[in-house]
Amino acid sequence: MIDFAPFLLSFKLAGLTTLILFMMALPFAWWLSQTDSKSKPILEAITALPIVLPPSVLGFYILVVLSPHSALGGFFEDTFGVKLVFSFTGLVVASCFYSLPFMVQPLQNGFESLNTHMLEASYLAGKSKLQTIWHVALPNMKPALITALIITFAHTVGEFGVVIMVGGSIPNETKVASVAIYEMVEVMEYGKAHIYSGLMVAMSFVVLLLVYIFNHKQKKIGIV
Amino acid sequence: MLNINIRKTLHGSQGKMYLDVKIDIKQGEFVVLMGESGSGKTTLLRILAGLEKTEGEVHVEGNSWKNVPTQQRGIGFVFQDYALFDNMTVEENLLFVNRDEKFARELLELTELTGLSNHNVKSLSGGQKQRVALCRAMMNRPKLLLMDEPLSALDRKMREILQREIMKLHKTFGTTTIMVSHDAEATYALADRVIVLEQGKIIKDGSKDSVLKKEQKMVYSL
Repeated sequence: MIDFAPFLLSFKLAGLTTLILFMMALPFAWWLSQTDSKSKPILEAITALPIVLPPSVLGFYILVVLSPHSALGGFFEDTFGVKLVFSFTGLVVASCFYSLPFMVQPLQNGFESLNTHMLEASYLAGKSKLQTIWHVALPNMKPALITALIITFAHTVGEFGVVIMVGGSIPNETKVASVAIYEMVEVMEYGKAHIYSGLMVAMSFVVLLLVYIFNHKQKKIGIV
Repeated sequence: MLNINIRKTLHGSQGKMYLDVKIDIKQGEFVVLMGESGSGKTTLLRILAGLEKTEGEVHVEGNSWKNVPTQQRGIGFVFQDYALFDNMTVEENLLFVNRDEKFARELLELTELTGLSNHNVKSLSGGQKQRVALCRAMMNRPKLLLMDEPLSALDRKMREILQREIMKLHKTFGTTTIMVSHDAEATYALADRVIVLEQGKIIKDGSKDSVLKKEQKMVYSL
């Protein structure tokens, strides 16, 4: 009997991470796309770090920052009674760091590809920046928006190194699909590992296929 | 109605230059700004719209616009590249500015666009897009209409049609208008007054007859 709990946990983690990152990354990506600040390349480099850093390095530093002995981890545990390591909450926080560039970069590219005059026309129509982002910018950069959401979700589902370092493998709490596969291989349950891995490959392929089909259609009707 | 007294350092094709302009414009006047590329015409329009910062001040009906953001200036602006909202239909582009459906229908009728009101703007020709941009700019009943070379991307036939639409709207609503143009024919047809800029300075300012005749004489004497 296949236990689907790790898959459900992976999707719950990916869904929450995508939602939180979208809300946090949207204003940040907008600011990056509009600013001439000297700090822009520094912030862009920091945002891109999770792409090049080994997950173990990232996981180690997140573990240090979130541990109850650190200022942040201690504050959360003392004030809200929330443990940020070896817990689902900690996994969500770690995933937000790990998947940050996959949300910020497509959104920033999308904002930068928009016709500046179109945004200015919205301001001239009396609309605020928020109204302009919501009613004008986002609907005119759907491929970038879909790419940001889907890739962040898929990337979080496939996360392993950071998850095992920050969350360990607690069933129904931090044992996500990638960790479950690792454990099956460790105990030589290759049959089950095949089923889990096959499912991951199939789902990832379908998701990416849908993104490419959508973006291709948008290009055909001239939205990009 | 409009008192402009602005200064701004620009980096043009011939290096650094200083935009230094003082103009008083009367209510309902149609002013055409002429001059070579890089003379500061578009920058002047963008400063009036609050899209660029400047030294100096702009006063409208005696009130300073120094700290008034673009959103609160109530200006109509027609861009050279239309800058329509591609995700919306013709009617939605107009209603995004102001939810006055009756006024939107009136404008679309005036510019003979009623049949296209439910079409997505991406499907329109250049001339139709520019007419939609013109209607959109009029939707908030602006005190001041600014147009940055609205005719330049169009062929001769479309230019004549749009020229007529601009005149029709100007006569109907009497909006104070400043238009940047290189087109002497359109300038002659539309302008009450012509201002010529060179390297950020006003070198001619007068009625269309006086300025355009001087320009013609200069061309013949060459």
